[in-house]
Amino acid sequence: MNHPDNLKYTASHEWVRAEADGSFVIGITDHAQEALGDVVFLELPEVGRKYSQGEACAVIESVKAASDIYMPVAGEVLAVNSALTDTPQDVNGDAYAAWMFRIKPDNAADAAKLLDAAGYEGVAGDH
Amino acid sequence: MQSASLNTTTLKTTPLNAVHRALGARMVDFGGWDMPVNYGSQIEEHHAVRNAAGMFDVSHMLAVDLHGPRVREFLTRALANNVAKLVAPGKALYSCMLNEAGGVIDDLIVYFFREDFFRLVVNAGTADGDLAWLAGLNIKLGTAVDIRPRRDFAMIAVQGPAARERVWQVWPATRAATESLKPFNGVQVGAQVSSDFGDGMIARTGYTGEDGFELVFPAAKAESMWNRLVAAGVKPCGLGARDTLRLEAGMNLYGQDMDDKVSPLDAGLAWTVDLKSERDFVGKAALVARPQAQQFAGLLLIEKGGVLRSHQKVITPQGEGEITSGTFSPTLGQSIALARIPLGIEPGATLHVSVRDKQLAVKVVKLPFARNGKSLLAN
Repeated sequence: MNHPDNLKYTASHEWVRAEADGSFVIGITDHAQEALGDVVFLELPEVGRKYSQGEACAVIESVKAASDIYMPVAGEVLAVNSALTDTPQDVNGDAYAAWMFRIKPDNAADAAKLLDAAGYEGVAGDH
Repeated sequence: MQSASLNTTTLKTTPLNAVHRALGARMVDFGGWDMPVNYGSQIEEHHAVRNAAGMFDVSHMLAVDLHGPRVREFLTRALANNVAKLVAPGKALYSCMLNEAGGVIDDLIVYFFREDFFRLVVNAGTADGDLAWLAGLNIKLGTAVDIRPRRDFAMIAVQGPAARERVWQVWPATRAATESLKPFNGVQVGAQVSSDFGDGMIARTGYTGEDGFELVFPAAKAESMWNRLVAAGVKPCGLGARDTLRLEAGMNLYGQDMDDKVSPLDAGLAWTVDLKSERDFVGKAALVARPQAQQFAGLLLIEKGGVLRSHQKVITPQGEGEITSGTFSPTLGQSIALARIPLGIEPGATLHVSVRDKQLAVKVVKLPFARNGKSLLAN
């Protein structure tokens, strides 16, 4: 399974990349896309909206299942990858290139609460 | 994201289980059976069947051989469709088996081989209940039918426009026996033609809306037959593609589109129920007493907003309906569904479906959505 070391992860299968400008970019993991199978629909959060940590903020649907995507840390949505909603199958192609939204975290230190790659492997291995 | 954890310890396995795992299949619990849902991309598997040839392990389904001089009499009472339609040897018939209340116990295919030998193929999840029900009816009617479940068989469905050619490529000797086989017919090819098939059969049937064969043969041959078909270019396909293919073809799935609480008349299966003849069958009185209350229709999602799924509510001017099966159609590139909706709604009507917090527009369409490689939608 492919889970890069430079990213942080959640137990609910989101990945988080901390950018130089202090924002966080978020998508779903390779393990998640494989579990879902062929992705056919994506609904992204509203730009400008604030979410608490763990709040359902987006929806992804594959041929076989619908699933919520949860906000990894509390923050405000700065941008969404709206092009991805037209080609949601790109999530299956490369889950880490297929970023979904960018947030301004309420507290940058919250990133420390997320899992590292090894910690996430432990979670993904259980499923 | 949430993913289900799987517990495979108590699941039943088919003779091809190790082959699926070696091919890297994602396995799921399907009615108590450990079955492949896909081997990679479910959509690619779907297209392989619509455009060339794919195959499914359907060994979880059960063949039940019925022997004895009174088999036809027994089936005349047991099945909602009329076995009087089975005259030529090899002819197959799709039928429901009903309870006294007119609910569907199972849907099945019955093959006629000889006056003293018919074969049923029933669903996996219902097989044990079917056997008990058949045994009970047999006693009640005193028909003394010898009911033989054939767990010693494996079954592979080879489906797609190139499916029959691929089968003949692997077993050239079967060509003569099966080339003139019409759709919905089967033949016991016999050991003198190919020892691989034993007393099984090759039937021109399937569950995909494509041409093809269903192969029934001794379980011991399963791995070698599967591998020979792979070598001939037949793509292994999982239950995921099987579901999108049958849904596009407008075919019901037992347990989802109908069950023992649902009348076949409300599940789009009136065409399989013979109410015209004088014949009595189990469930007939209930169906006569309770005419059709709902219609079974195809729905096509005509705006973006998600994927239609079972149990979503259909909102219509005539009242509520419910989606019984929904998915994303790889052939159409749109979401489609089968639904039970109020009577009096015509094809072409626009209705709405509750998807999460939204009401999405759907169009009522005549079934099927797609067959034989292409969309059957008018526009």
